[in-house]
Amino acid sequence: MVDSSEQIAEEVGKYLSQHQEVASTLPAAGISWVDAHREAASKRFEQLGFPTTRDEQWKYTNVRSIARHAFDLSLNPVDVNPSVINKLTIPNLDAHRLVFTDGIFSPLLSQISDLPKGVTIISLAALLRSDPSRLENKFGEVVGEPINGFNAMNSAFILDGAFIEIESGVKLEKPIELLYVSASTNEQALALPRNIVVLRKQSSATLCERYISVTHSQSLTSSVSEVYIEDNGILHIDRVNEENDKSFNIGALFANVGRNARLKSNSITLGGRLVRNDIVVRLSEDGAETQLDGLYVVNDRQHVDNNTQVLHDHPRTTSREHYKGILSGKARAVFRGHISVKPEAQGADAVQKNNNLLLSPEAEVDTMPQLEIYADDVKCAHGATVGQLEEEAIFYMRSRGIGYAETRQLLTHAFAAEILENLGQSSIKDYIENRINHMMGLS
Amino acid sequence: MDTFETQIDGFVGREYKEGFVTDIDSETLPPGLNADVIAILSKKKNEPGFMLDWRMDAYERWMKMETPRWAHVNYPPINYQAISYYSAPRSQADGPKSLDEVDPKLLETYDKLGIPLEEQKMLSGVAVDAVFDSVSVATTFKKELAEAGVIFCSFSEALQKYPELVRTYLGTVVPLGDNFYAALNSAVFSDGSFVYVPKGVRCPMELSTYFRINATNTGQFERTLIVADEDSYVSYLEGCTAPMRDENQLHAAVVELVALKNSEIKYSTVQNWYPGDSEGRGGIYNFVTKRGACRGDNAKISWTQVETGSAITWKYPSVLLEGNKTVGEFYSVALTNHHQQADTGTKMVHIGKDTSSTIISKGISAGQGQNAYRGLVKVLKGADNARNYSQCDSLLMSDRCGAHTFPYLEVKNQTATIEHEATTSKIGEDQLFYCRQRGLSEEDAVSLIVNGFCKAVFKELPMEFAVEAQKLLSISLEGSVG
Amino acid sequence: MLAISDLRVEVDGKQILNGLDLEVCPGEIHAIMGPNGSGKSTLANVIAGRDGYDVKGGSIFYMGNNLLDLLPEERARQGIFLAFQYPVEIPGVANIYLLKEAINAIRSSKEEKELDAIDFLSLVRDKLKLLDMKEEFLYRSVNQGFSGGEKKRNEIFQMAMLEPTLAILDETDSGLDIDALKVVSDGVNALRAADRSIILVTHYQRLLNYIVPDYVHVLANGQVIRSGDHSLAAELEESGYSWIGGGGEGKSLGASVG
Repeated sequence: MVDSSEQIAEEVGKYLSQHQEVASTLPAAGISWVDAHREAASKRFEQLGFPTTRDEQWKYTNVRSIARHAFDLSLNPVDVNPSVINKLTIPNLDAHRLVFTDGIFSPLLSQISDLPKGVTIISLAALLRSDPSRLENKFGEVVGEPINGFNAMNSAFILDGAFIEIESGVKLEKPIELLYVSASTNEQALALPRNIVVLRKQSSATLCERYISVTHSQSLTSSVSEVYIEDNGILHIDRVNEENDKSFNIGALFANVGRNARLKSNSITLGGRLVRNDIVVRLSEDGAETQLDGLYVVNDRQHVDNNTQVLHDHPRTTSREHYKGILSGKARAVFRGHISVKPEAQGADAVQKNNNLLLSPEAEVDTMPQLEIYADDVKCAHGATVGQLEEEAIFYMRSRGIGYAETRQLLTHAFAAEILENLGQSSIKDYIENRINHMMGLS
Repeated sequence: MDTFETQIDGFVGREYKEGFVTDIDSETLPPGLNADVIAILSKKKNEPGFMLDWRMDAYERWMKMETPRWAHVNYPPINYQAISYYSAPRSQADGPKSLDEVDPKLLETYDKLGIPLEEQKMLSGVAVDAVFDSVSVATTFKKELAEAGVIFCSFSEALQKYPELVRTYLGTVVPLGDNFYAALNSAVFSDGSFVYVPKGVRCPMELSTYFRINATNTGQFERTLIVADEDSYVSYLEGCTAPMRDENQLHAAVVELVALKNSEIKYSTVQNWYPGDSEGRGGIYNFVTKRGACRGDNAKISWTQVETGSAITWKYPSVLLEGNKTVGEFYSVALTNHHQQADTGTKMVHIGKDTSSTIISKGISAGQGQNAYRGLVKVLKGADNARNYSQCDSLLMSDRCGAHTFPYLEVKNQTATIEHEATTSKIGEDQLFYCRQRGLSEEDAVSLIVNGFCKAVFKELPMEFAVEAQKLLSISLEGSVG
Repeated sequence: MLAISDLRVEVDGKQILNGLDLEVCPGEIHAIMGPNGSGKSTLANVIAGRDGYDVKGGSIFYMGNNLLDLLPEERARQGIFLAFQYPVEIPGVANIYLLKEAINAIRSSKEEKELDAIDFLSLVRDKLKLLDMKEEFLYRSVNQGFSGGEKKRNEIFQMAMLEPTLAILDETDSGLDIDALKVVSDGVNALRAADRSIILVTHYQRLLNYIVPDYVHVLANGQVIRSGDHSLAAELEESGYSWIGGGGEGKSLGASVG
């Protein structure tokens, strides 16, 4: 039961040896700070290994099934017919699109044109090769050391991903779509996307991060996104997971929100076998704000774990968090929302909610809304519920002549709608709504 | 007229009024813990053989366990070899006697604490078992209880007179290896209270145990076992105090409640162990395991606690809702002032069908106090129609204190309805001003508002305790404003 | 009894009262009227001693003593009562309990004996009748779940219980329907006495039809710009506040033009 250090060594070893093999060919290899960063992360990965359920942060999410496997890291883009991708894109979403196949940028499938002045959107690998100095001090700055083995693994390689920088005062109208495609027909492909997003003062942008599969193969994606929002910047991130039912997706978003700046994030999980979303938001200056929303609609044996941390480090910072879940089949959902308020963060205002609907006898929810507060002039509240559709509401609708099945579907849809309202683009909202209706058998 | 500041100064200087030491000749085992100590302890108490085996088993397990580290509290490692595991007033070494034989110094001690044991002064309607350091020194109203068929005696006495009852239920709710402190308690517990309420009996009066730590360098490890047989009812109160000493003292108790079919146990605690001084020196480490099992259908267990004392509190009075239609309740007020730390809450484990639980927790942090609510609501697969409502509110009284809320909700049944709410906020300045505009001093206004904040819990306490609890809260808060 | 002279008060660094003068003698009723933002509520709160009101100059003397030296509870114990515009809710604290604490705090400051339970209760019942309130009202938490009208009624009930020397009624008429306004006014009128002064802070003239003041003062930009007798209120009813040329709105308009 207890995993010995040998076991960790074995699980981690296969990746470390691959790391050694390819280290000299990785983008920007030979540049000392890049090398040092990768080296430190690889050591950290060796120490940490993969998380276990004895780790409080992973108490309800067992990743043995991931650790046991040997996934293959893809180093080159996979050939995917553009028509396949086009069919899978969100209708009416007019976006600057970056497509990654198994974590590697595919210029062929991407569409980045007519970028306004002051906007940089480029593959991270390309930037590491062409102008690495722009990335100095951008890795691991928000949280310092990797918080778990998955982050460390990602940092050990720093292979590819998106680099986005919006200059001061620039408001980018058109959303940026990051489309991550699990594409290899090879079972057990490994993708390690690494994204860096920098919003300079008074700038704004909308990001749509989507994970999809074009095959039925099993894959592991372990992504890390680092976001820096300077004073008065506004960033909106919609993250949608629609991978196939064998995929593992472990994502981490680290954000540093500056003075009067704002981060809005919306995590939608529909697909995947096991999905874990870590979000760490540091409200690092006066007046910083964040709104974290999420919706998971899961079925069969899906497992979804949303783990959020909001750090109120400065006065008058505000956070709003609302995650909702609809569970069917034998699905299991985990929610942990941790809000911490430092002694100097007077005037902090935090509200957090997690609501879950259980639609089947085998589904399971574990929820932990948490407050850790060291300042006194604060307003913090959280709430969590687990339950079914309200009998009274069902009866009311039926008494108006609506059938039982339809009533259930309508009410379930209404439950989800509250979160969908907040999505950044109406095209994304329409798309997700359709997807959910389809899943619920509504359309 | 006194300025507000001088009034505050006056309050800060106030002493913990239960902090006196009784000068009494005690028999105390030398510090240290090993198998021999346990054997001596068991022999001294003339325990049946099964008890010694049980203790030894617990000791073996304890040796292999590690101190739990997950609670939101900080303290230096405890040297378990520096603690004495047994101390008893010499005059009482042979266990409880009739009241006229109790050492007058002890009677005087309890008198001073407001718990008169002499017949003519006894609290009406409340039977008291007084535990002084490691032993029970007196139990009041024995005759009246015996007439009703209720057994209420010290644990030692129960082992002599009702070994089979003890054996049937001991460790069935808190197994001897349940956790580090429970295992330690199982190995070395010295005394405590035993209650058995027979079938169909409604216990005619409140039962109460008053715990007092007196000796220095001792730990107090008492064990309480309450069994409510079918269709019975009992209300039990627990109070505790200790002298002011510079070193920390360990109190690691275990309380087990067994509620059989259609029975109800109401367990109330007003915990006022010495909290340490305003600099954080001294005080009791209160590491307690309390758990009840609703073992038959329609059984109900209700925990109410008012925690104002102790340097560190670590306790989670829990209910295992085994039978169908069983009910678990937890009402808690926890106050931390100065350097006190509390990590307290409950576990409600829904096992039977149609079970329900309610959790009301009110945390108050003042000074540099750290106050954490930690709770688990667990709905097992077969627990159809489980209901839980939890409300955890925290009140912050200073900019150096902390208030933390860590609920865990684990739901494995579709038909469950689980609802948790929590709020954390500063004491309302508008409320303070309103009260002061009506003529109340700031201290009185704070006390009034805080008592109002705690009302949902206080109303669960028996009348006399509720009054006591309100006073205690006000005293504990003195000097916390400004 | 109350003498305010050249009172200057800032809130959050913004000057609200700007050299205000006011004199109130025993038994008089003064109405303070004025548009929103003229400083009416500030005046009420400063007299009661609320935090956050920074007195920059001037003085308030009450029965010959410097009021500004006193804590809010000390002012209350010397007979100053504020009926709040927005009475706060205090969960878990029964109305009757707050009252008993307040009465006894005031009595013991005067070295009077605390009221015993029977005297207290009979006093409470008398005053309940005055405000046409039910007894169950006493056992509800202070203001919690009260309607707007109930809250205001409760304020006047408390005033009746505490028998102040100087009562300040801050917008007590706001949010009251006509029936409630009548009950509250009757209550206040019943409390008129030769040794009791009342300051009515109100935006509307309506209240003054029911409680007839001896004096009416019009406040604008933190100063009393006009004083008169009851007829001034009727004049205001006719013309509104727009005639106050230098009013808050006018000034900001001027600023935006300039």
